[in-house]
This record gives sequence, structure tokens and C-alpha cells, in this order.
Amino acid sequence: MKRNTAGRVLLYAGLIIAAAALLLPFYWMVSSSLKANNDVFTIPLKWVPDTFMWRNYGDIFAKSGMTTWLTNTLTLSVTVTLLQVLTGSFAAYGFSKVRFRGRNVLFLAYIATIAVPWQSYMIPQFILMSKLHLSNTLFSIIALQAFGAFGVFLMKQFYETIPEELSEAARLDGLSEYGIYWRIILPLSKPAIASLSLLTFVSTWNDYLGPLIYLRKPDLWTVQLGLRTFISQYNAEYALIMAGSVLSVLPIAIVFLFGQRYFVEGITSTGLKG
Amino acid sequence: MATTPLKRRNALVGWSFILPNFAGFAALTLAPVIVLFYVAFTSWNVFGKARWTGTANFIRMWHDASFWTALTNTLYYTSLHIPLTLSASLGLALLLNRSLRGVAFFRTAAFFPYITSMVALTYVWNMLFSPDYGPINSFLRFIGIANPPGWTTSADWSMPAVIFVGTWREMGYYMLLFLAGLQTIPAQLYEAARVDGANPWQRFLFVTLPGLRHTTFFVVVIMTIGSFKVFDLILLMTEGGPGQSTLVLSQYIYQKGFVENQFGYASAVSIVLFAICCLVTIFQYFVNRRWND
Repeated sequence: MKRNTAGRVLLYAGLIIAAAALLLPFYWMVSSSLKANNDVFTIPLKWVPDTFMWRNYGDIFAKSGMTTWLTNTLTLSVTVTLLQVLTGSFAAYGFSKVRFRGRNVLFLAYIATIAVPWQSYMIPQFILMSKLHLSNTLFSIIALQAFGAFGVFLMKQFYETIPEELSEAARLDGLSEYGIYWRIILPLSKPAIASLSLLTFVSTWNDYLGPLIYLRKPDLWTVQLGLRTFISQYNAEYALIMAGSVLSVLPIAIVFLFGQRYFVEGITSTGLKG
Repeated sequence: MATTPLKRRNALVGWSFILPNFAGFAALTLAPVIVLFYVAFTSWNVFGKARWTGTANFIRMWHDASFWTALTNTLYYTSLHIPLTLSASLGLALLLNRSLRGVAFFRTAAFFPYITSMVALTYVWNMLFSPDYGPINSFLRFIGIANPPGWTTSADWSMPAVIFVGTWREMGYYMLLFLAGLQTIPAQLYEAARVDGANPWQRFLFVTLPGLRHTTFFVVVIMTIGSFKVFDLILLMTEGGPGQSTLVLSQYIYQKGFVENQFGYASAVSIVLFAICCLVTIFQYFVNRRWND
């Protein structure tokens, strides 16, 4: 009994150290964002700001295009998520519930490209997009992100767990395949849709490279791209930069807080992302 | 085999489901991959005039010292990042694979870095690593290290710093995969081992590790591909510097393609990255097939 308690204390100590190491950078981000700029780097370190400089948050909006950036990012993330969920769940139904020739080969092509890094074909992709005059439009990022193989894969994994008898029964009742998708399979796959939505939203929100290559005009910038430019212009405005960083992370933190379960389920059911 | 009307109808219905996604997928992923193998054999510049140059790009690459630096650095990153992240994420998973109060919170905490913006994170870490005033070096001086490393300002220490941040960011993600793997190991196996008098270390060695064989293999495969394509972490943290000390393959492609507008040459370098990732995937496919037999 006594040994058990000692073990427990040790375990908690280990957990607390691990959590501190993980969360320290976030604490640093938030506390620096509320400091006066001269107090960010001091020796010894100030863990809590002397006075809370809430005006840093007003200043970042005033000094940068933060409003535009946030609007663009939100537009992109929402549109991409909607399209990915719609086309992904639709295609996954074809791959998992309709039997036809060539289906498996086609699916293999999908899966194979998940392993191919985007970095290896970003050049020809950019050439194609430029030929279509799509670079420097928000649409380019939507096109880039919305038709990924990942969504098809995640939804198919989930559909496979829905018993075939369900669709069979519906077919006997005279429901078309589209009817089965819409009225039976889709309502049953709410958890998978939640996972896919959250993962897609977050990865579009955080994407830096896509916007870096495609969005050159300042009024098209996303929050990641904007923040990065702000950093290179005002690289000594530590407190302001940290306020901007908090703003770029906050929406994700909120989404994560409410949907942790779905993140975890989405990741463990596919094990693929990133 | 005659095609029956039913089969034809099924094929039509099947395709109608797949098409909306497939159209986008084919145009934006499949087509570029195919075009890549054409562009790599041309001298294609920003004005879009392609001239077939055969293997010239590849010969140039062979003699390009920067390319070899990028490849070596990528291997350096990979060879340290994988074992570090593997042990950190497995350690976390073992620590958190029990019903203790607060464990759910810790799991969440461990996963959060993975979904936060790279731009913000790399800037925070650069501040923490700041050689003169950063908290990390202040701490190192405090415990008696008179000359702590210059981290991202030093050619020797920039790569370790980048690897550290990469591990910190990703370990929570792989921890989730390991946690899922741990759930599949039957509790009876641990019971039986305990009855046979196995101590915790032996239980780990002879029950946990073999039980995680598939998960571990899978994790190593994704980590390998992930490490070979590492890009935004480096671009944002060090921009490949100081000098070329953290220049990696993906960044070199970006540099040649989008900064210097040498699309043809950049595509040739892309093919190397493409080939490496293909080899890893093919290897994975055969190992899996062997296990499934």
C-alpha cells in the first residue's frame, strides 16, 4: 500500500514535469503578449507581467492587417472544410458501398498519393495553376486543400464499420444509392464527419506553405502569412508579435477544447495526417 | 465476361459518387505528379518556355554541392528526429496509459502543440532559444554552464535545436497512435506474465514491445516520410541557416523553384524526394503483406 502511494507520487511528478515542458512555450507566448515590450527579455525572467498590457491586442489590430487576415483565413477554412466533407464522404460511399470494376485500383491510387509529399509536386502544380490563372486568388487554396485523399480515406474507414445489412435492407425497400447515402449512412457517420471537419479546419487554418506560394497580394494573406510578414517587418516588437501569435492560435484552441474527442478518434482511425 | 446491365449501372452509380472528389484530385494531384516527370527533363523558367534538355538537370544535380548538403542535412534531421520522437511518444503513451485522475488533461496537453500554428510556435521557440537573453540559456548558465550553445545562431547547434522543436511538436500525435496500439494488447497477457514472475521491465520487453510491433512499424514509416519532407519548421525557424547548416531537401526545391524560378531544375530535385518517399512506401507495402500472410 505504502509503495503504491510512493509510486503514484512519482508518477504524478513525472506527469507534471512532462506537462510543464509541453505547455511552457504557450505560457511564454501568453505572458509575453501581455508585457511591455522592454519586459519580454529580462534577467531574471518575469513570469508574470508587472502590469497587464491589454492594449497590445488593440495595437496589433491597428498596426497590421489582422482583420483582413482573420477574415481570409476563416473564409478559406470554412469553405475547404465544407467541400472536403461533402466530396470526401460522397466519394467514400462509392468506394465502400458500391461494387464496380476498377474500384480497388482507383482507391489504391488515392492511398498512394497520401504518402507522396506535396513538396515533391508543388512545382508542377504551381505551373498548372498559373496556366489556369488561379494563382493569387483565394480559390487556389480552396482547390489545393478541398479534394485531398485524406477525407476519402477517413470516411471510408468509418463506412466499413457500418454493417452491410443496413444498406441491403434499404435497397430492398426501394431506396436508391443516393437515398441510402443521404438518409442512412450520412446520419450514422456524424462522429467521422466531426473528426474530418475539425482536422481539415485546423490544417487549413495553420497552413503556411500553400498561402506562401499562392497568395502574393497582401489583401489575400492568411493569418499565418500575415503574422510572418509582420515578424519580418517589426522583428523587435516582441510583445506585439506574441499578441498576434495568441490571436492566431486562439481559434484553434477553442475548437480543440470542444472537439478533443473527435480529433483523437480521427487520428487513431486513420493514423495519417501531416 | 459479358457486362450485365446491372454491372454497368453499378459502375455508373459508383463513378457518380467518386467523380466530384476525383475531378479535383486528378487535376490537382495526379496531373502535377505526371507533369513533374516531364518538367524535370526541361529547362523551364518563369516565362513558361520549356526546352527539352534530357538528363542535364540530373547531371547538374550530381555536381551541385548545395544539393548534397541539403540531402545530408535531411538525413541528419531524419536520423535524430525518428529515434527521439519515437522514444518520447512511446514514453508518454506508457505514462498516460492508465486510469489516473487528470490523465485526460495530460493527453490533451501533449497533443496541443501538433495543431498549433508553426509560425507562432517557431517564433516562440526562437525567443526561448535566444542566445543572450533567452530563458533556455539563462537556465543553462544558472546550473553552471558558462558558455551555453548559440542554438539557431550557431552552425553546429541549429540542427539540434530544430530537431528538438520538431520532436516537441509531434510527439503528442504519435503518442495517440501508441495509446491506440496499447489498447489492443490483451490484459490477460500481462496477467500471465505477472503470474510467471516477470518484473515490469520484462513485461515491457516481452509483452508490450511485441504487441506494439505493427504500430511501431507504421509510426516509423510515417515519421520517415514526415522527416524527409520537413519544410515549414526549418523555413520558419532558421531559413536553412546559419549558412547552409539546416538547408533541407524540400527547402532547396522551394528555393530553386519559387525564389530563383528554375522550375526545371527544382523538379529534378523533387524527383529525388519523390523517389525516397516511394521507396519507403513500397518497403512498407511488402512488410505488411508478409505480416498479413
